[in-house]
Formats: sequence, structure tokens, C-alpha cells
Amino acid sequence: MKPVTVITGRAVPLDRSDVDTDQIIPSDWLKRVERTGFGKGLFAEWRDERGFVLNDPAYAGATVLVAAANFGTGSSREHAVWALMDYGFEAVIASSFGDIFRNNCTKQGLVPVQVPPEVDRAILDAVSADPSLLISVDVERGTVECGDIHASFTLDEFTRQRLLHGWDDIGLTLRHEDDIAAFESQRPSWLPSSATPPSPPSPSAVPGSPPSQSAVPGSPR
Amino acid sequence: MTAPTATQGTGGKGAAGQGAAAHASAGRTLFEKVWDAHVVRTGGDEPDLLYIDLHLVHEVTSPQAFDGLRLSGRPVRRPDLTLATADHNVPTTGDTVTDPVSARQLEVLDANCAEFGIRCFPMGDPDQGIVHVIGPELGITQPGMTVVCGDSHTSTHGALGALAFGIGTSEVEHVLATQTLPQVRPSPMAITFEGRAPHGVTAKDLALATIGRIGTGGGFGHVVEYRGEAVEALSMEGRMTLCNMTIEAGARAGMVAPDDTTFAYVEGRPYAPKGRAWEEALEWWRSLPTDVGASFAKEVHIDATALSPYVTWGTNPAQVATIDGAVPDPDELADAAARDAAARALAYMGLAPRTPLRDIAVDTVFIGSCTNSRIEDLRAAAAVLDGHRVHDRIRALVVPGSHRVKAQAEKEGLDKVFLAAGFEWRQPGCSMCLGMNPDKLAPGERCASTSNRNFEGRQGRGGRTHLVSPAVAAATAVAGHFAAPADLEEHATR
Repeated sequence: MKPVTVITGRAVPLDRSDVDTDQIIPSDWLKRVERTGFGKGLFAEWRDERGFVLNDPAYAGATVLVAAANFGTGSSREHAVWALMDYGFEAVIASSFGDIFRNNCTKQGLVPVQVPPEVDRAILDAVSADPSLLISVDVERGTVECGDIHASFTLDEFTRQRLLHGWDDIGLTLRHEDDIAAFESQRPSWLPSSATPPSPPSPSAVPGSPPSQSAVPGSPR
Repeated sequence: MTAPTATQGTGGKGAAGQGAAAHASAGRTLFEKVWDAHVVRTGGDEPDLLYIDLHLVHEVTSPQAFDGLRLSGRPVRRPDLTLATADHNVPTTGDTVTDPVSARQLEVLDANCAEFGIRCFPMGDPDQGIVHVIGPELGITQPGMTVVCGDSHTSTHGALGALAFGIGTSEVEHVLATQTLPQVRPSPMAITFEGRAPHGVTAKDLALATIGRIGTGGGFGHVVEYRGEAVEALSMEGRMTLCNMTIEAGARAGMVAPDDTTFAYVEGRPYAPKGRAWEEALEWWRSLPTDVGASFAKEVHIDATALSPYVTWGTNPAQVATIDGAVPDPDELADAAARDAAARALAYMGLAPRTPLRDIAVDTVFIGSCTNSRIEDLRAAAAVLDGHRVHDRIRALVVPGSHRVKAQAEKEGLDKVFLAAGFEWRQPGCSMCLGMNPDKLAPGERCASTSNRNFEGRQGRGGRTHLVSPAVAAATAVAGHFAAPADLEEHATR
């Protein structure tokens, strides 16, 4: 991913809580096998409503999305992040995020800016009142500034460094190849492997059949 | 890792092992034991690097990950710990994929699996099914394992005492390339159900009651362990339903301590250990339950004896009421954000405040999804339907979770019960849970669904979803409006 240090731009207020990933990118769009072109599907159903904030020309070209609590809840689809970035967003401000969505953001360089609810409310109100207001998100210092509002946000240090340097996560992990190989050499041999095909089920393995009394041998203890 | 003899302790090596030992003195939770046993390395500015025992793959969240591998020239590190199936896109009416975009995605999964040497159960394969149904069913999900999949409902597998969570496509690529994931360690949380659930209250109701109580963000940053008498009394499939919906409360994963119910479920399944290996596995599995004296970062207690069947009325799973209740009046909600959300949800759902749930008529009933498509779910619905007819106005479909579930149901004659009642009997897949195949709701269509998400448009644009258990779905199909199975009996005896 590209390094991210400071993002400065205008913001769109999406004053709704629990905006789920099905809203961010509807499932019809998930059939594609590409990673690009998802911006057109961003909030596809809401964008058909004339009054939806993204349709307001005053907010055209904004690079920061400001939402309420629990943004990105729901499915693990990284397509939600691809859609937001393809549309032009570089940061999302909210008082909380769906866990997997937040992870996905940091893998792509979309900055998840988690601020206290009262700060989130103040920023929503400020950008609703003045669409031309500039917001600045500083990943290095962990700060967000918007008019009179000065707040800080936290990222774990590893994530912050990855964003600042645009590091390839997989490359970082592969530096620990020796550790991984050592761990693998100690794994128990009875752990399952998909290398063999599933054998024909024995009568007791039919889903939902009553467990046999012999199914649980005595505890080794 | 572990394969630990009793004296060997847990943890990988070095700092990981020491960390585990430090915890052990105070007692550790189930989650902590499984986590510690999978730490490849720890320390420095990096989060723990976690080894992944099983990576489940499906067609929707994997194509871009395989592309990434090709671009960087990386192989799949452990195809033998990876298993793929087609589920999200597959049609449930036959073998023809009419949507060319869906067809292409299914073909790409087959091609990627062939190229990288991954076992795949494509459409029509006797082992194909919803990824979270086939994992436990084949016995390849086992206690104490780490399981990931590019799907949020991976939490399902926690029912067996595995640590199982959903990941995005970048992380799918990461696991394919390294069989590990760097992860910030979540905190353990306990949700304890006190007492036994009354007759007619199912695992789905425990799940909906929990989310209604703690909210969609109630589990943020935590791995939940479900505990208590009502959980111990659940079958494995009930525990899967409960763990499945943990993600809807915002938690990373849900788990249930492995016990004799778990071991009896796993034994004899195709990928279960056998003979001496079974004994070794069992010794490790028996060491997993939370130690007496271990502490949780957060605890919630729910009185199971006071629960009833639940129905969601809104557009997130926390917007839920008991079937004896009514749609709330947003104006009566104290919190401004909850009030706005409820008003918006009622507008979308086309519901007036204070409408009793039993007065709400439905158009469609869907029994299926990774939450409720297993054999016990089908048995529960069929038991309600036996001798009844689906209401004239209602379209009703049942979509088994896998070909194995379907075959078992047909062996028991459940298909005939469903068909006689007026249900459609379909092929396995995710189907109407998320409407990626032709099974969708039309705008304004109202559905009683055994799936997991009632989000706007989830089952089709403009569709209105109410989440219920299989028993309530079946009773609703007969009554034409939301109903509990007991309502049908009262009706019949009158």
C-alpha cells in the first residue's frame, strides 16, 4: 500500500450509527473478481435517494467520511474498503468501528480515526454546518483537526508504522520464516489435514445422528 | 505448539511460553489457552504472530487474494491446511448458474484451487455446502484449533472450542502465503446463562436475547465464552447457532468449552483423529476449559429461565423483541441515537410503533443459512409443520446447509414433510441469507428468516427481514403472521 502521513481535505457527514458493510457495498457487487471499480457501488442503495448526503454537490470531492458509532459493522467484505477508497475517501472518522472492517482499512491504507463520541458529534455538526471546512488527519502525531476541534486518536504502534511506511504485511511476516518453520515442526501429527479426501462417513458420523455411548473414551486423567 | 503432554505446558517457545506460564499461575480462560498455544512469536512493536490450523476459503473473498499471490510470486504455504467450497453464489434450484458474473466467480475459485493445490468442493460435490456447515460436519474443525475464513460468521466454529474468526481479503492472502496472522490480542469476555431455557426457547433465541441485551457493539475487542447451564445443555448444532451470531454483537469470536457433547460430536467424522491420535487429542481437549480462578475482562449474566422466542423488528440484530411483545415506539427511547435509529428502522420496515409482533403478516419464510440450516434446525421446523399447510399467501423455502445435511434430511423423510406443507426443498448454499444468488426478496417483501442479519437490503433491495428461529419460522409460515409453535396447537384444539 501507499504510505499515509497526513490527510487534509473536506469531509462528508454521514450521521447514522451501525452503518453496516451491506450498506457500504451491497452483495451484488461482491460477485466481481477484481479489486478495482467498486466506487460506483459505494452506498449504492442510499445513493438512489436524492437527499442522500453523498449526492449533495456541496460535498463533492471530499476525502474524509465522518460517521457515527459502529461504522463498518457486519460482514468481513474488504470490498467495503475498496469501495470507499475507489470513491476517493482516504480516512473515516467514527466513534467506533466494526472490528474486521477496521482491520481491513489498515491493510489498504484507509485511515480509521476513532474518536470519543462527543468529538465525533462535534465534527459531524461542524461539517454539516460548513461543507467547505477542512479536516486534517495526522497519522504521525495521531491527531485530527477540524476548525476549532483538536482531538487525538490512537492506532497501535505496529499499524501506525505500517501506514506511515506503506509496508507490505506479508513481507514483514516472512521475515519470521524461521520462527514459523520451528513452530510447524512442533505441531501435533493428529491435527487435521485437507490433503486426504474425506472418507465415506461411518454411521456415527452422519450429521446429527445420536452419539454412540462409546464415543467418549475415558479421560486420560 | 501444544500437542502438549500434561507437563509440557502450552505456548510455542521463548517469550510466548513464558507469557503463558505467567498467566497459568492465576488460571487461564479457554480463549487464552488456545491463543497461547498458537503464538509463533511475540514481543517488540509487533502484535502476536498467530499460527492458523485451518483456513476455509470460498468464492467471494478469495479471488483478489489469489491474484495478490500471483503478482508477488508467492505460493500457498500450507494447501494441506486449507479447504475451499462454493457457497455464496450457488443457485439452489439446479446446477445452472444463470448469472454470468456469479458463474465466473465460481470458475475462478475452481481454477485458483487447481493452480495452488487446494482441495475444493465445487457446486454439486457431495461434500459441498455452506463453509461453516461443512467444517464441523466433516470433523475438520476441532477443539483448540485456530480457524479463519474470509467470512464474518467464522465465529460459528467456536462452538467446538476452537478460536475462529472472520478476516478480510488482505488477511486471506496473508494466511495463504504464511499460514499465520499478526493479531492484537483481544480480551476474554464471559456471557453466562443462568438456569435452563424454557421449552420452546432455542439457541437462536439465546443469541438474539444476548445481542438485544448488549447491543451491536457489546462485544467490541473481546472473544466471548458462552457459559452456564443453558449452554452446556445445548447440542453441538445449537452451540454453532449461538457462536455464529457472536459477530452481530461486535465480538471477534465466540467459544464454548469442549465437553463430552463436543467429543461425541467430533468422533468418527471424516477428518477426526482416530485410535492413538484420538486419545492424544482428547487429552489436550480436556485441558482446554477455563480454569477455576481465571478472570474475564468483561462479564454478562443472563437469566435463561426468563427467555422467550424472539423476533427482530428493525434493521440490526439488536433491534429485537419477544414474540409476545410489540414494535417499540421510538419516541419512548431515552437515547437520542437509539431513537433516530429506531425511527429510521421502522420507516424502512414499514411498521407502525407499538404493533404487536403477532399482528405482522409476512410474505416469505426462509429456513437456511450458516446460522440455522443444519439437520436439527430442519427437524425442528419439520416437527412444527407436520400436518399443517403453509398459508396461501406465503412463499416458503428451505435450503439445507450442505449436501450431507440434505441427504440426511431426505433419509429421515423431512423433505416430504416440507413439500407436503408447501415449502420448496432446495439445493444447499447461502441462498437468501444475503441474496447473491437468485433467491432474493422483492422491494417491500417481508420475510421471516432464520438467517443472521436483518440489515437494509440484505436479502434483496428493499426487502424487510425479521430474524427468528426455525421453529418460529415454521409456525409463522402456517399462521401467515409471526407465531410461536404453541400458537398452532392452540388453534388446532379450539
